[in-house]
Amino acid sequence: MEIKMDLISEDKINSMGSMEKLRFVLDGVKSGNIVVLEGGLTSEEQMKLIELTMTEVTEDFPGIEMSGYPTKRGFLNLRRKTRLTVVGPAKIMHTIKKERDLISAMISAI
Amino acid sequence: MKSGKRRKGILSQILRVLFFRKKTAKVGIYGPPNAGKTTLTNRIIHTFVDENEDIGEATEIPHETRRAVRRGGIIIDLKARSLLTPGQNPNPNSKSESKRGKAKLKLDVVDTPGLATKIDFHDFMAFGLEEEEAKRRAKEATEGVIEAIKWLDDIDGVVLVMDCTEDPYTQTNIIIIGNMEARGIPCIIAANKVDLSDAAPQRIINAFPQHPVIPISALKGENMEGLYEEMARRFK
Repeated sequence: MEIKMDLISEDKINSMGSMEKLRFVLDGVKSGNIVVLEGGLTSEEQMKLIELTMTEVTEDFPGIEMSGYPTKRGFLNLRRKTRLTVVGPAKIMHTIKKERDLISAMISAI
Repeated sequence: MKSGKRRKGILSQILRVLFFRKKTAKVGIYGPPNAGKTTLTNRIIHTFVDENEDIGEATEIPHETRRAVRRGGIIIDLKARSLLTPGQNPNPNSKSESKRGKAKLKLDVVDTPGLATKIDFHDFMAFGLEEEEAKRRAKEATEGVIEAIKWLDDIDGVVLVMDCTEDPYTQTNIIIIGNMEARGIPCIIAANKVDLSDAAPQRIINAFPQHPVIPISALKGENMEGLYEEMARRFK
């Protein structure tokens, strides 16, 4: 089985509204794709993505696997720079190891 | 827009401290499934309210708590507690002990369902549940996760419970902490299950150095005084 990977640029992500962004990610993941977001999602967006995912969990779609680098802090901690976020279907993606600057994940076809 | 939200979080925190300080703090007990949230909540209630009252049942099956439960009117009074249990206060004249003795906090605790990004009914069947029961539990668990997230809007502080036998650097833990920081809500990390032989609370301390980490065993009651003291200090 082939697994599709969508690598989304930061410019494309920033051009979307918050809900549009989450819908885009979840639709991609529900289609069986691994979605990689350059620039990543904020913690609040990730929490909303969990919430949205939970409303759509079924027997065939148990949820998502999500991993990302933690945000970088800016001057006086006022600005946070999000980095990369990877989201995939929980059925096929499993994070094996996660560190501050390293994400190791296993993708296995069903 | 992101920095705007952040500024809003800091501003609301300053305003809350200066003008809208609440007499009762609403504290959410958050964390991933099976970290020991309900065990901790029960321990708090047993210690300060009624030793026979349980807020919920703690089992080894994940998502045992599928509805957020609030218990109001808890007074963490370490002065009264040290009088009741003088054996736990070996040096009452020391500076730190006298400071601890003054610690008092009125709070409502909210025991929340475990936060997760996936809920598969097959995982429950591995614990011996029948398929129908497992599916029902999975459905309720998804609702529980949503409820736990909604509660974040209504709380004043968070005790984030982590299992210190597990890798703490999970996305769920990072998301919870990131949300607390963005909202300007104080957060204490309870590194639970230190009574187990493979416990490694230092991993949690290393992973989240920006937040206070208190190693505890909610089940055995180890170092609970340290957690209560930190709660009284942070959530006042």
